[in-house]
Amino acid sequence: MSTPESLLEPLPSGERKPGSLLTVLLPLSTAALLILAWHVLVVATGSEIFPSPMEVLRGVGELAQKGVLASYIGDSLWRVACGYVIALVLGIPLGLALGWYPAAAAALNPVIQVLRPISALAWIPIAIVLFGVTNLAAIFLIFLASFFPIVVATMNGVRNVPMMYLSAGRNFGLSVPALFARVILPAALPRVLTGLRVALGVAWLVVVAAEMLAVDSGLGYLVIDSRNAGKRYDLVVAAMLLIGLIGLGLNSLVRLIERMRAVRWGFQGS
Amino acid sequence: MTSTKGPLTPALSPEGRGSVSPKVRIERLSKTFQTNGHEVSVLNDVTLDVREGELVCILGPSGCGKSTLLNIVGGFVPPTSGGVTIDGEPVRGPDPRRVFVFQERGVFPWLTVEGNIGFGLSRVSAAEKARRIAHYVRLVGLEGFETAYPQELSGGMKQRVEVARALAVDPDVLYLDEPFGALDSITRLVMRSELLRIWEAERKTILFVTHDIEESVQLADRIVVLSARPGAIRKIVDVDLAHPRDLSSPRYLALRDSIFEEIGLAHRI
Repeated sequence: MSTPESLLEPLPSGERKPGSLLTVLLPLSTAALLILAWHVLVVATGSEIFPSPMEVLRGVGELAQKGVLASYIGDSLWRVACGYVIALVLGIPLGLALGWYPAAAAALNPVIQVLRPISALAWIPIAIVLFGVTNLAAIFLIFLASFFPIVVATMNGVRNVPMMYLSAGRNFGLSVPALFARVILPAALPRVLTGLRVALGVAWLVVVAAEMLAVDSGLGYLVIDSRNAGKRYDLVVAAMLLIGLIGLGLNSLVRLIERMRAVRWGFQGS
Repeated sequence: MTSTKGPLTPALSPEGRGSVSPKVRIERLSKTFQTNGHEVSVLNDVTLDVREGELVCILGPSGCGKSTLLNIVGGFVPPTSGGVTIDGEPVRGPDPRRVFVFQERGVFPWLTVEGNIGFGLSRVSAAEKARRIAHYVRLVGLEGFETAYPQELSGGMKQRVEVARALAVDPDVLYLDEPFGALDSITRLVMRSELLRIWEAERKTILFVTHDIEESVQLADRIVVLSARPGAIRKIVDVDLAHPRDLSSPRYLALRDSIFEEIGLAHRI
């Protein structure tokens, strides 16, 4: 017989189809309700300080008109991109080496485990001593924040590659570099991607804090500057919401990569 | 040691074909493992010759060392003493001329059916690679699923992908380690007849490890019955039945029963 004996098995539960319209409408109506509640609270309390949603929207318009909106968003994203890419370029090879060579892990892992729990914010004084109040200081902090999650996720990804895949790769005559490229990296990729997503989230958290102290542009700077220069809380809240929305966008971007067919096998049930 | 220029076409490995000397020679093979300070003997003095084109089943209870035996023959695990030669050449490591088929879990989930089947073909031309992929997709009956990913396939289909991936590099010998153990019993029967069909078409030498007595009598030219740990050869049974085998013929039943008795099981429940 020459036809496959079984039909496709039902999709695993991780691939449930979204309930189309409902998955869009539900969060949108939650957001609408929250904005309404916010508006009602501001009006009801007659708050002088706290801005209403409309005031915040006008604030965003004002920032756009002054031309700082796009440039601040661009500055923040650029800093994250620089620090994150450096972390990626250094972190993935280091993680691969630590995962593959037990001696390397024995030597370096304790150091990593001590450095990892130190918040990047604790490095701010040292960053300023090293780089001054500059872009470099902010980029350095973002690098630190994203480097460790990437290294640790990559290392664990490599360690958890099933022996069977390695044996199969060796059976087909792969050299060690080929084994890395064609078996170890693709097999570890789902875990690595999870690390990349976590690292990007942390990097975005840290850029805001770094910009409050080390530079004079970006969304973090906008938050602190709007408060200091004239207590413009409409702009503070506008900046906060922009930070949240862009963070959501970054996260969705990595999620999009996780849905690619070559890695989706590693995310079932998540 | 891995051969980096493993012959991928039959023209490069003609030696031994049709000759009288054994294809695979296992000589006085023993293996002990160290666990928590004491030694555990897993295989004890196993000697076996396998002829070119023969399908040999290695049968034994769980934990008898039959998988270890196959892993040593495949070059993944070094023996404690004794050795394995193939075509007179000692085995020192895995080699693309002899391919190991794991349970279905050995399929690479990040590659499509085509990607998996073509995995070992990086040293052949693109045209030849495409030709072989198409040939083996057809041989194992996966037409229409070329671009599917393993998680979209059933267990039996994944197992077909793995067999095709192994065959595509045109090895002389296939090692199958309980390949159908994770499949349901109906799929398992189908896969056995598929394996026999492929074996008849390709005439590879096959070493097939199983704990399933029926499976071994259905498939093998010879059955090597191992004892419980440490695994040693208890008996070698010649299965003098032509394919396709009638599973209710007196001879089939007699052979099956003799192995049940050999292992010490009455076939009554």
